[in-house]
Amino acid sequence: MADQPTASERFIQGILPENPVYRQLLGLCSTLAVTNGMKSAITMACSVAFVLICANVAISMIRDLLKPHLRIVVFTLIIAAFVTIADRVLAAYFYQMSKTLGPYIPLIIVNCIIICRCEVCASKQSVFIAASDALGQSLGFGLALSSIAVIREILGTGSLFGIHILPASWPDWVIMVLPPGAFITLGLLLGFVNWLAMRKSGGKI
Amino acid sequence: MNYLIDIFLISLSAAIINNFIFYYFVGCCPFIGVSRRVDMAFGMGCAVTFVITIAAFLSWGITTMVLMPGAPLSSFIAGFFVSKESAATVDLIALSYIVYIFAIAFSVQFVEMYMRKFFPALYKSFGVFLPLITTNCAILFACLTIMSNVAGVENPADAWDLGRSLVFSFFGGVGFTIAIVIMAGIREELDLCDIPEPFKGAAITLIIGGIISLAFMGFTGVDSGIRNAITPVQEAAMLESVVPVQTAMVEPNLQQKIRGIND
Repeated sequence: MADQPTASERFIQGILPENPVYRQLLGLCSTLAVTNGMKSAITMACSVAFVLICANVAISMIRDLLKPHLRIVVFTLIIAAFVTIADRVLAAYFYQMSKTLGPYIPLIIVNCIIICRCEVCASKQSVFIAASDALGQSLGFGLALSSIAVIREILGTGSLFGIHILPASWPDWVIMVLPPGAFITLGLLLGFVNWLAMRKSGGKI
Repeated sequence: MNYLIDIFLISLSAAIINNFIFYYFVGCCPFIGVSRRVDMAFGMGCAVTFVITIAAFLSWGITTMVLMPGAPLSSFIAGFFVSKESAATVDLIALSYIVYIFAIAFSVQFVEMYMRKFFPALYKSFGVFLPLITTNCAILFACLTIMSNVAGVENPADAWDLGRSLVFSFFGGVGFTIAIVIMAGIREELDLCDIPEPFKGAAITLIIGGIISLAFMGFTGVDSGIRNAITPVQEAAMLESVVPVQTAMVEPNLQQKIRGIND
């Protein structure tokens, strides 16, 4: 275990150097689908954070009992249980939001970020490290979602969190809140992040 | 006749108008990752279509028989333990996600074993993609859509039957195949292009995906247009027989629900 990263390293890596969306390209379905407004993006990020932290901690606690050939099934079942909790809570307290997000909350089950973190970190390291890793990754996911959502919501509707901030003469770029806007915004931002990384490391991605 | 129109519109909508990738964004991971060569993309698409149909069959059966409020099988079993009245209100819908994941994993396993035994050639061509499919969002998405159209509708007459569910998921898989093959074709050409260094790989794929999605948006409204063109004849026939116009078109509800995201 000597060469495994420590808790603080895991936490920092999740936010930018190993950002789940921009660097690892995981969880793109939810990223593309919910980022047409800040409210839905933040709800989604919170649900993913809840599921990721709980699943990572739970799996880290039982990591010595896991059999290699059954581990994916165990991961998926634990994740599905926590997603059910998140979905029920959302439906109970934020009914409108859960209607808006629709099938994308249950689709967290097959979100690759969570399975990837369970596999890479939680099934190998202790509870505290797994929790900080989950926290870092979910912060990174939240950052990525909100960076896309800010651009799409401002350009698409001229508002942020549903409050108008651009002058009324702004011609809403409706295409930005429709599916094509999601693909194009994420593509451009991804290129931008790659460019930043290349400049930092001197020409290498 | 009404049923046939319904089936046709559901299939058109699932395959082209509300394409799984370009409209609902499900199954983006293989779209970005696998779609490098046309034959591989086609194999992946076939595997997904195959599994999605079986998973839809399973999930429709499980939803109507076990999970739905007052489903026959679960209320029959509950009848042994509690009174008849409370047994009829058994609602297991909270378990649906766990059950669907099991059903999908089972059907992937089953398809893999069956193909290896009986169609070795087919297994060689797209068997390698099968394990990846368990975590493909498109399959779970199809199951969830079927669930919301079976258990979530207010009017029981609007609920999807087995035929509609199968058609929806099969053509959803066809739409997925169309999308991934188009993308693979473009990416084969893209290898010869001079792309700015930071955009190589996923970034340019996403931007192209956006442009194709823009093209697919041109189909919006085709289904309601076709329906309007057909229904006047229907309604005239309906009025004569004084049957209340019970159009079982579930599609607009579904579309409205998902379009809510865009508001």
